[in-house]
Amino acid sequence: MIKQERMKVVRHKQIADDIFELTLIGQLSLEMKQPGQFVHIRVSDSFEPLLRRPISICSIDPEHMEFTMLYRAGGRGTKILSLKQPGDEVDVLGPLGNGFPVEEAETGETALLVGGGIGVPPLYELSKQLNAKGVRTIHVLGFQSINNVFYEKQFSELGDTYIVTADGSYGSKGFVTDLLAQLNPEFNVFYSCGPIPMLKALEQAFPDKKGFLSFEERMGCGIGACYACVCETTDAVAKDYLKICSDGPVFPRGVVAL
Amino acid sequence: MNRLQVDLPGLTLKNPIIPASGCFGFGQEYAKLYDLSKLGAIMIKATTLETRKGNPTPRVAETSSGMLNAIGLQNPGLAHVMEYELPWLEQYDVPIIANVAGTETADYVAVAEKISTAPNVKALELNISCPNVKCGGIQFGTDAKTASELTAAVKAVSNVPVYVKLSPNVTNIGEIAKAVEAGGADGLTMINTLIGMRLNPITGKPVIANGTGGLSGPAVKPVAIRMVYDVSQQVKIPIIGMGGITNAEDVIDFLSAGASAVAVGTANFVDPFVCPNIIDALPHKLDELACEKLTDIMGRSHR
Repeated sequence: MIKQERMKVVRHKQIADDIFELTLIGQLSLEMKQPGQFVHIRVSDSFEPLLRRPISICSIDPEHMEFTMLYRAGGRGTKILSLKQPGDEVDVLGPLGNGFPVEEAETGETALLVGGGIGVPPLYELSKQLNAKGVRTIHVLGFQSINNVFYEKQFSELGDTYIVTADGSYGSKGFVTDLLAQLNPEFNVFYSCGPIPMLKALEQAFPDKKGFLSFEERMGCGIGACYACVCETTDAVAKDYLKICSDGPVFPRGVVAL
Repeated sequence: MNRLQVDLPGLTLKNPIIPASGCFGFGQEYAKLYDLSKLGAIMIKATTLETRKGNPTPRVAETSSGMLNAIGLQNPGLAHVMEYELPWLEQYDVPIIANVAGTETADYVAVAEKISTAPNVKALELNISCPNVKCGGIQFGTDAKTASELTAAVKAVSNVPVYVKLSPNVTNIGEIAKAVEAGGADGLTMINTLIGMRLNPITGKPVIANGTGGLSGPAVKPVAIRMVYDVSQQVKIPIIGMGGITNAEDVIDFLSAGASAVAVGTANFVDPFVCPNIIDALPHKLDELACEKLTDIMGRSHR
């Protein structure tokens, strides 16, 4: 269930350009079950900045009551967050939203995990859980350039891992879909998180495959009450809008109008 | 004796803390976090006659100690609210204030007539001040004559007291307040959001898809306090004050300025437990001020 807790910073370090790895400890981590869920973080006890920041859960460690987030310190709020030191406390609300359905991949099957930039982190816990149930995973991860690449080693330990950079400074050059066209991988289900053009290209590239996409949007409350983070659906008759924070952030392919 | 109790037309509130319309949905999300019976009342999301889709995204943008929003009155429509949302809320011991919106007078009247028959709806909040829709919002609230006539039309059909939500986006809010009082309003709620805009520093274009949005949050509190202070001296009907309330001190400020209860809006997003936390803090605040009950505070700025 959703809880609010002041969690303590255990570890915090920069792992790539603007990318930070933050591990928090507290009871709330015991509530985390599904990969792809997120937390809503208050980065300051003042009202500057005012709103919480949604950040995806990268890794859950219930044994130690810890969880890890990877985030990009790009804006005002996340830059403040990046200054937190071990021992500091952070106000966390979570876990929020509906994550990736691990049950959609059967034991013995292969799952394709495709991430772009800061969409990569939630795929890590997903891959861990898929591997734990005997699903083979293939990871295709896209970044801007060599300085933005992170978690290659961690993903490689779980399955075949391919890196692509937009400027070709590391791995293949281009977009994840360029690489996927070359690889032509055999798989049963795909899971993805990243920029909308990437998600759209994936849907088009694999028209017959089962797939699940994770979205992001500016949020107010993070729990479905404010109607700020809506997305349009492909089926306008059924429901005009879905809320990314509480109906998503993960939706089956074909549900959200891209 | 309940030190926090407040009595208003149609509303006996166990405390004066009310989540503001548009910031609390229809209560279902917050009910997962705490017992809604703890609240003084709930102002549910604006309800229109038909389902309303709302505006394109992005719908919110953060500002200095505030936020802009342009949700655009997205709601499932009157029939759905009557059939699902209000009956679901009946499990809680909390009066509902239904926020009524429309495109034209007939819409407002139709929604008000029907929604005021729901057993747990104890008052209406007439939304004549939404700044984020092309028609059926603020234009009703910026002209004294129109505002007065709409109030009278809704009063004529409503089974429960009618509170009118005032816009701060006018030259003279007192004039509008007096007009709706003359139109038969039982109370006022104020203030709605202030029209604002934020630009993207790279593109130079508005961040919010609608262009403008309504500014709320701690940044607007001084404006709201000033308006409650002014209007409370110009009308006899009670005021539910709102605008940037985040803690018990803010509540005391609004009551001191002349409000009889308060609504908490944006702060729910910052801290979803803000309403119960404020309710718990109020008795201590009264002790600090050496006051027996909250009603002793009301309007003390004018004495």
